[in-house]
Amino acid sequence: MVLPFLGGGRDKPGPLDYTRRWWMRGVMALALVFLYAPIAILVTYSFNDSRRTIVWRGFTTDWYVAAWNNDRLFEAFTNSLLIALAATVLATVIGTMLAIALWRFRFPGKAAVEGGVALPIVIPEICMGVAMLVFFARIGWPTDLPWPFNLSAITIAHTAFCFPFVTLVVRARMVGFDRSLEEAAKDLGAGEWQTFRDVILPYLKPGIIAGALLAFTLSLDDFVITFFTSGPETVTFPVLVYSMVRFSVTPEVNAASTVLIVITALVTVLAMTLQRPQKLADGG
Amino acid sequence: MIHKTGTRLDSWKSNKILFAILSLPALFWLVVFFLIPLGFVWVLSFGEKQGIIDIDITGTFANYGRAIDSLYLSILWDSLGIAAATTLICLVVGFPIAMAINFAPARWKPVLLLLIILPFWTNLLIRTYALIAVLRSQGYINGFFEAIWQTVFDGLAALGIDPVPILGPWFEPFDLLYNQGAVIYGLVYVHLPFMVLPLYAALERLDRSYLEASLDLGAGQWRTLFAVTVPLAMPGILSGVIITFIPALGTFLTPNLLGGPDSQMIGNVIENQFKSANDWPFGAAMSFLLMYVTFGVLALRALLADRGARRSHGEAAG
Repeated sequence: MVLPFLGGGRDKPGPLDYTRRWWMRGVMALALVFLYAPIAILVTYSFNDSRRTIVWRGFTTDWYVAAWNNDRLFEAFTNSLLIALAATVLATVIGTMLAIALWRFRFPGKAAVEGGVALPIVIPEICMGVAMLVFFARIGWPTDLPWPFNLSAITIAHTAFCFPFVTLVVRARMVGFDRSLEEAAKDLGAGEWQTFRDVILPYLKPGIIAGALLAFTLSLDDFVITFFTSGPETVTFPVLVYSMVRFSVTPEVNAASTVLIVITALVTVLAMTLQRPQKLADGG
Repeated sequence: MIHKTGTRLDSWKSNKILFAILSLPALFWLVVFFLIPLGFVWVLSFGEKQGIIDIDITGTFANYGRAIDSLYLSILWDSLGIAAATTLICLVVGFPIAMAINFAPARWKPVLLLLIILPFWTNLLIRTYALIAVLRSQGYINGFFEAIWQTVFDGLAALGIDPVPILGPWFEPFDLLYNQGAVIYGLVYVHLPFMVLPLYAALERLDRSYLEASLDLGAGQWRTLFAVTVPLAMPGILSGVIITFIPALGTFLTPNLLGGPDSQMIGNVIENQFKSANDWPFGAAMSFLLMYVTFGVLALRALLADRGARRSHGEAAG
């Protein structure tokens, strides 16, 4: 990766121009190589015309076709996307509503609710995964439901760990809201719902979208919690990759991984672009 | 977190219906699908296994007793050590990265920041899987060294020197995978963005005139770094350490895929109890031990942050 500013100017760097010191640039460049090389290699070799993945034998898109035609892989991929979509909708709705409630009201036990909502974010993933396993086993949640209802347990678990992130993001956006706007709307005769729809919601929109995209990537990425929640017959993409990695590494998995990387990268860049105008508007 | 609007909050009694509509769905989800499941695990940790699937809740502490038994205690210590090493490496590597981004030209900052964060959004499993391809004995690092070895081997042969006594008859690949080093490498790979972000945020808030003053008054770069920059960035360092240490400690996937027998962490023990070993009460106890350690670290952090805040207030007042 070549970054133009790494080329640098000819004049001597000032005392605080740390970025223009060669060793700082070296650290930065090494870090980027460290972070990107494995992913770049994976993507490159998804186009390699060879089953043995180390030697380059020419460009091909065969593995993408193979991945597309691999029923199990396709099913797992569809499941992952479906779960992510459903969990995102649920988490965004309930997470946003809670954020508004926390912003607007004082009530007894508020600190406990705030702490409780932070809990899914801080506890180790495996503890949550184990809790979901025990919970669904104990209440006897049916594991043999027809598709897509066999994804319900995973969706419920994903919603549980995604909505606190939505609440966090939306609430951060809410802090900058000027309540006199709301009062003005009410003085001018708008009801509770109309004020919400025409004043609060448009203001919150970037926060809600950012929260939703965050929830989507978190759900799509999740392995540990899904691993414990999914029944023997239900596979998501990460769970399938996990079972495949333990036996052999095939270029189809590289191809499917590349597709997933592209999807998440697009979603992330979209989320960041959506958040930036907000920061400018806040003067940050 | 700052609550600017703290004085202007409505009482929930002013509009009970709206309050209920807004807060109850999320609270229901939190209680039913998070707190109650955790409660199940907690109760389970005081149970005893009676048969293959029968578990009696007898109120025993035997599971916890077993968990702090020598074997499992040493795994816990190993986990703490691996997580600590990961955090330290992330801090040492992350600090110059955060500095470089912070002092980069304004238009480059968001790009560099995005470049550091983006891998974090790539699926954890895919990244770990990509590392296997890099580290394994027919992987890219060994392939690179093998190519060098081959060149030297051929070079010596061309010079008429027998290379076999010096280099051996074939290339011996390095054991880079399935050991503790691989686990730490994988954890650093996954958690570096966690460390860089809070460090960057702290450095961004830092008033550069302090650094200029320090340099003007004759302190060198290193002295300025350790006497001015690091203390001022301490809240960010603390956040970065916590945010790296906690997930590294509770990790399961990285040691599972990259580790060997010497590098099992507490997460693997928990997984093993719930899957193949099928001893849920013991797994539940281990799981809660891990949570207690996590909460202990968070409490320590709150304590330190509180003391730091008080000290800086004291300085401002005095």
